[in-house]
Amino acid sequence: MRILNIVMYCLPVFIFCMPVHAQQAAKEATGKALVFGQAKGNCLACHGLPGLGAELTGNAGPPLIAMQARFPDKSVLRAKIWDATATNPASFMPPFGKHGILDEGEIDQVVEFIHGL
Amino acid sequence: MRMIVVALACFIVITGTANAGPEQDRVKLLSLYKRQHPDIKFEQYADGALALDPDSLAQFRSIMEFPPFAGELEKGEKLWKAPLRSGKTYADCLPNGGRMIAGNYPLFDNTRSKVVTLEDVINDCRVANGEEAYAPGDPKTMGVLMTHVRALSDGMKMNIKVEGEGALKAFEEGKKTFYARAGQLNFSCASCHVDNVGNRMRAEVLSFAVGQATHWPVFRGGDQLVTLQKRYADCHLYMRHVPDALGSERYNNLEYFHSYLSNGLTLRANVFRR
Repeated sequence: MRILNIVMYCLPVFIFCMPVHAQQAAKEATGKALVFGQAKGNCLACHGLPGLGAELTGNAGPPLIAMQARFPDKSVLRAKIWDATATNPASFMPPFGKHGILDEGEIDQVVEFIHGL
Repeated sequence: MRMIVVALACFIVITGTANAGPEQDRVKLLSLYKRQHPDIKFEQYADGALALDPDSLAQFRSIMEFPPFAGELEKGEKLWKAPLRSGKTYADCLPNGGRMIAGNYPLFDNTRSKVVTLEDVINDCRVANGEEAYAPGDPKTMGVLMTHVRALSDGMKMNIKVEGEGALKAFEEGKKTFYARAGQLNFSCASCHVDNVGNRMRAEVLSFAVGQATHWPVFRGGDQLVTLQKRYADCHLYMRHVPDALGSERYNNLEYFHSYLSNGLTLRANVFRR
């Protein structure tokens, strides 16, 4: 009976939390998929990413490591991905936001994933 | 006396700077590459990315011992020898019977005020002798024929000339296409083949622009025939530019500029590429 009570109490908490967890997991998976995939983000065409099983990574850009140390302000990282040529006209990096390579939501997902590296 | 001095001074300035632009561009690029990759010798630029990747170079050499595309080269020779409707052959049309000439193309034709590629010369010959022009870069017709036409110049050094106002203008147009960033990814040809030579995009090593014009057609994957301008179009497509039709004025001017950069390097047609 006691166990049943606990379950009864906990159930709403579980139900309430579940979608959030699922949503976050999906968001992370999509951010990673965009970074790894060749069709859209394709970040690894130029950037190395040690660990996480990344294969055939390029080296035309700096590796995606220590991102929080390099970009304490997440919005600076986002602006860089949106249009790197705004702050450095010679930058090789495609302007993912400005040229609509990724949509705004996709850029957010990529920023979330990369900033955690 | 004063007039003579002035005239002489003008003459020296004009002759001295006649090729200053193109030649300066080429030399400047070579010195940049020398700084980027001091160990690579001039002749190695003709090897493209293979010069920077010893494993791929070894693979290339072993494949080239028995090239899987030998059948295509035989077809090319047959096309070359077949008489045109008038009874004449390509050898009758081309300067020097077609031998040791590919390194002079593209050239700027002053009477027509435009760049003429070697494919254009072949098509002019076809039309003048009662045949229809081939589609530029078509791997089944023009491409196969070019395997033989260009091989007749194997060993020749690239020798593109830019002389006169019209030629210089065409060269500058080609240069503009080469250096202008465009397309969704915002890359120019130079983004990869000047600024990032030797770096990898995924597994592909980016090659020197100098030397790229020396070895066409190539057989990608061993059997897919690709001409130089087809490669421009593919490259533009992959980099999300809008590609031109092969043989367009823009591509001809690009080929003119791009080929000039390879001046002094040895031609070798029909090579394997991954």
